[in-house]
Amino acid sequence: MDPRAKLAGSFYFIAIAFLANSWPSFLFLGAVAISGVLLSKIDLRFFLKGVRPLIWLIIFTVALQMLFTRGGTIYWSWGIFSLSQYGVQNGLFIFCRFMLIIFTSTLVTLTTPPLSMSDAIESLLNPLKKIHVPVHEIALMLSIALRFVPTLMDETEKIMNAQRARGVDFGAGSIIQKIKAIVPLLIPLFVSSFNRAEELATAMEARGYRGGEGRTKYRRLKWGRNDSILVVIFAIVTVGLLFLRKT
Amino acid sequence: MEPIIEINQIEYSYQEDLPTALKNVSLSIEKGEWLAIVGHNGSGKSTLAKTINGLHLPQKGEVKVGGMLLSEENVWDIRKMVGMVFQNPDNQFVGATVEDDVAFGLENQGIPRDEMLIRVKDALETVKMSKFATREPARLSGGQKQRVAIAGVVALRPDIIILDEATSMLDPEGRREVIETIHQIKEESNLTVISITHDIDEAASASRILVMQKGELVQEGTPEKIFSEGPRLVSLGLDLPFPEKLKAALKVRGIQVPESYLDEEGMMNWLWTSVLKK
Repeated sequence: MDPRAKLAGSFYFIAIAFLANSWPSFLFLGAVAISGVLLSKIDLRFFLKGVRPLIWLIIFTVALQMLFTRGGTIYWSWGIFSLSQYGVQNGLFIFCRFMLIIFTSTLVTLTTPPLSMSDAIESLLNPLKKIHVPVHEIALMLSIALRFVPTLMDETEKIMNAQRARGVDFGAGSIIQKIKAIVPLLIPLFVSSFNRAEELATAMEARGYRGGEGRTKYRRLKWGRNDSILVVIFAIVTVGLLFLRKT
Repeated sequence: MEPIIEINQIEYSYQEDLPTALKNVSLSIEKGEWLAIVGHNGSGKSTLAKTINGLHLPQKGEVKVGGMLLSEENVWDIRKMVGMVFQNPDNQFVGATVEDDVAFGLENQGIPRDEMLIRVKDALETVKMSKFATREPARLSGGQKQRVAIAGVVALRPDIIILDEATSMLDPEGRREVIETIHQIKEESNLTVISITHDIDEAASASRILVMQKGELVQEGTPEKIFSEGPRLVSLGLDLPFPEKLKAALKVRGIQVPESYLDEEGMMNWLWTSVLKK
């Protein structure tokens, strides 16, 4: 599928997740998201893994909503805390929204290679050229950054091992000691990144790079039938959602 | 025939208070030559290479590539003629995959996509990396990355290829492969190759060798001439090719060896004929 459609689609889906404000509308969106997940044929465990790092944030916000919203039947109250009908409802809505957002964003990141993602971002940002946003430069930066992630990871690992061989103990002691142990890792890493950048810039210049003007592109995005279908589905979902919305 | 590169008394220094990196260097290179530039670290050989590509503009003297005098205006035309492969295979890999990287130079020149597809495919075939077209650089070995870098240069179809210590970070195996590939490309398309190197075997395969020291050209000649200097090369900080080392070792053991330089085959012939004569 076209990464542009996926990226734009997921943003759109997240935006309309905020329009939902009744149980039927949430059930409807949930069904759409779940069918998307099922269609991707990716193990559900990956999605639950996506939720895990955010679990505390979710609990915190839901708890805040539940405890501080008043109105409707009050079930329980103690000082400024209260557990009310609206509160519980709002809390659950927020929980559902979180799940929807996490599921769709995990779905996009799991099904799109990072490279196509940066292509999609460049292509979607293209209209911004009109207001002098350096879209080509941003896209180039993005793709070079992505290309160097594994290289820098390797290097970090090597420097860590080299420093360990010299007796640096990573991850031990108090916070201050831990931070101090990072210094012999961070400084060489920065220095080598600067050197890398310098060499890369020389190499790019030697190969005739002189900015975005007059450049042709090797990689091409193709808008297929599936992508148009996605647009149609989203249009139907929007209409359905507006219909199920409580006014 | 007009030489493809002419350098006339150029001088260059990185900073005013530093010693000059290039002093009064003049040389001319014929089309189709394989020129090796050897010398110590800091002898100015890389700077010389970068001057030919217009990455440095000399403060004095002039550089002519393909009849064009290097200047701010035509530096991009000169870069089209001169392809460079650098030392570190990682730091010259721009694209996120092999084919993207090979296409990078073509994109810069505004080559239409249809032609790009053909050229990228051809270039990858030349360096025998077609199977790896969609790989990411992190999943390639150093030698493979260097071959991709060469493919990137080959796709641009330059007249001159400069290898700026392009094999110095490779193991002997990868080094040999890369050099063989370049030899083959050179034969196919009558390229001019300038290789800057510490590797003596690479230098021995050149048609001419330049020796640099402290920014100056101190010697110039065919490999036979340069290597027959023997021990003097060691004092310039260079290694000897293997046949020369063997000769020195034989001399120590009291065996009369010919004075002139022999390559590996010549040495082999001399060895078996002299053994038979006894």
